[in-house]
Amino acid sequence: MDAQTLLQNYHTSELLRFTTAGSVDDGKSTLIGRLLYDSKAIFEDQMEAIEQASMRTGAEDVNLALLTDGLRAEREQGITIDVAYRYFATPKRKFIIADTPGHVQYTRNMVTGASTANAALILVDARHGVIEQTLRHAFIASLLQIPHVIICINKMDLVDYKEDVFEEIRTTFMGFAAKLAIKDIHFIPISALKGDNVVRRSTKMDWYQGPTLMYLLENVYIGSDNNHIDARFPVQFVIRPQSAEFPDYRGYAGRLASGTLRVGDEVVVLPSGFSSRIKSIDFYKEHQDMAFAPQSVTLTLKDDIDISRGDMIVRANNRPQVSQDIDLMICWLNEKAMTPGGKYALMHTTNAVRCMIKEVTYKIDINTLDRNTEDKHIGMNDIGRIKIRTTKPLFFDSYRKNRVTGSLILIDEATNVTVGAGMIV
Amino acid sequence: MKNFRLNHLRELEAESIYVIREVAAQFERPVMLFSGGKDSIVMFHLAIKAFYPARLPFPLLHIDTGHNFRETLEFRDALMERTGTRLEVRYVEDSIKAGKVAEETGPNASRNRAQTVTLLDALEELKVDAAMGGGRRDEEKARAKERFFSHRDEFGQWDPKNQRPELWNLFNGRKNMGEHFRVFPISNWTELDVWQYIALENIDIPSLYYTHEREVVERDGVLLAKSPYIQLREGESWEKRIIRFRTIGDMTCTGAVESRADSLTDIINEVASSRITERGARADDKRSEAAMEDRKKEGYF
Repeated sequence: MDAQTLLQNYHTSELLRFTTAGSVDDGKSTLIGRLLYDSKAIFEDQMEAIEQASMRTGAEDVNLALLTDGLRAEREQGITIDVAYRYFATPKRKFIIADTPGHVQYTRNMVTGASTANAALILVDARHGVIEQTLRHAFIASLLQIPHVIICINKMDLVDYKEDVFEEIRTTFMGFAAKLAIKDIHFIPISALKGDNVVRRSTKMDWYQGPTLMYLLENVYIGSDNNHIDARFPVQFVIRPQSAEFPDYRGYAGRLASGTLRVGDEVVVLPSGFSSRIKSIDFYKEHQDMAFAPQSVTLTLKDDIDISRGDMIVRANNRPQVSQDIDLMICWLNEKAMTPGGKYALMHTTNAVRCMIKEVTYKIDINTLDRNTEDKHIGMNDIGRIKIRTTKPLFFDSYRKNRVTGSLILIDEATNVTVGAGMIV
Repeated sequence: MKNFRLNHLRELEAESIYVIREVAAQFERPVMLFSGGKDSIVMFHLAIKAFYPARLPFPLLHIDTGHNFRETLEFRDALMERTGTRLEVRYVEDSIKAGKVAEETGPNASRNRAQTVTLLDALEELKVDAAMGGGRRDEEKARAKERFFSHRDEFGQWDPKNQRPELWNLFNGRKNMGEHFRVFPISNWTELDVWQYIALENIDIPSLYYTHEREVVERDGVLLAKSPYIQLREGESWEKRIIRFRTIGDMTCTGAVESRADSLTDIINEVASSRITERGARADDKRSEAAMEDRKKEGYF
């Protein structure tokens, strides 16, 4: 990478978070290794370390996959057991990869990686076509509302770079995707091993006129990935210096979950319902005219109102839903199954409450997308629709409209472990 | 700021400030670990921005190995005074004197590992329930899977196979008595991001990061600075080189790189075109392929 270009571009370069999904043998680690290698994000000492490690296992070639296999336990077993984060940058964008493994705990890990992603890369082995796992990954991408889905049809070198193989996989996948809510979907024929259409355009597939994977990652439009309409400001922390210089300063610190706020806007504070106007939007020593998601700022209001963490500041004419009875999709993350009627701690925006599982409406068969109303056992990696009742009202939007105010987690009160990921319907 | 988009540095900044504020809100006795290195300086700068115009609602904690560069300590003290920040210092020397940990001996002796004992004792003494550190996921393989909120058992240990899932921006800081959290607000920053941000915000850093002449010894491919804590082996000798430091830690294990970078622009250029990772110059990570993983499990930073 040209250092000078990078230096000049850091004022305009954007952040793109993406997650990768694929099964063990479809070349996901090789693809990531290829992206890192061709964008020069692999350093000499890292290369040296994986060359030595490859030699120790008796492998013939340098195994690019070793770059992404972090922990010793994993290296010994030859599997990836958790979400690992990788970084690389081009002059246009900085990328954060949430690399999730494709084996048994796939759902839990993929949901974790997908929760903050702008884009999902789903790998398909060109020789095997669309398999059950591909559909599961597509379903999770849809459930988690990842704005952009990129289907990489890999190992094209092993099917002689044939267009009809690519077309057949695309047609099959589109048939399935019709049942899902994926906003933006792309198909790219690649060979991660040989480098075709990853960073460099392939010379073997003249029939493909679309972008390379890197071009797409650099240019896919992410400007509308955040909700810019509904202003939601969960109060995180109250700032009261009580100093000689700022004796009466009372600021509400937080991160805009969505939308924009301007000085002078008429706002309402939930749950109290008191209204006021925004006096200032402060960020360190600057006073801003406006703030937008996902900025972290501090608001001051014209009126003295009692506001604390967990409250939400919104516009008077655009309010979230307020309720104690909530309908949601839940993905279970723990070996101990969900207890119907059980009580859990719940975190939503900056709010912490308790809740009770009132009802399991159905469980989803993740392979067929069928709704099972008979078997309502929600265990590890299961996805279902449930109804809960909370001890205090939450201020929320549907997950489809708002990934921040529409998401919540459930916590086991005995172990304090996060056990469920919820998306409000 | 066109089209309501933040550039990547401002987005990382917003995320880190959010994490630091979560720590202040969710925990009763948090501390921020401070080493005087660039990562902890950036983290401290973000904390100042997070709570302005109020002071930090938590103290800083420095674990002093006794093998620090003089420049680092001077820089630290000046920064604390300028910002009116509360600083706690605990000394590895004291842990050694109290017989809690044995001093390593031999030509590669280092207090890097010993500081884990001092750190855990300090956290217990100060009843800390969350310790923020400047660790970044791009530094090292074992860090790539670290959470923002990383749970530690009552022995301060990390169990990489049993980490809590971390979804969206919902950070679960619940714990049982005696347990604590390590929190890494700048998890998603790379070395280059840190330098670009230092330039963008015009943050003051210790002079060690800029080029200067210094007596060093080359050992196993690492350039170590002359200090009373390093004994020459047979055949080794001190020699003057034009160097700078890419990371700042203990004098016994922080390697220098030959460089003439005397401005932030030069440093950023050097980092962007560098072909070796910054930890590649640290003798502590060279000990074994899984060195960092082992130290982290014991309770290292």
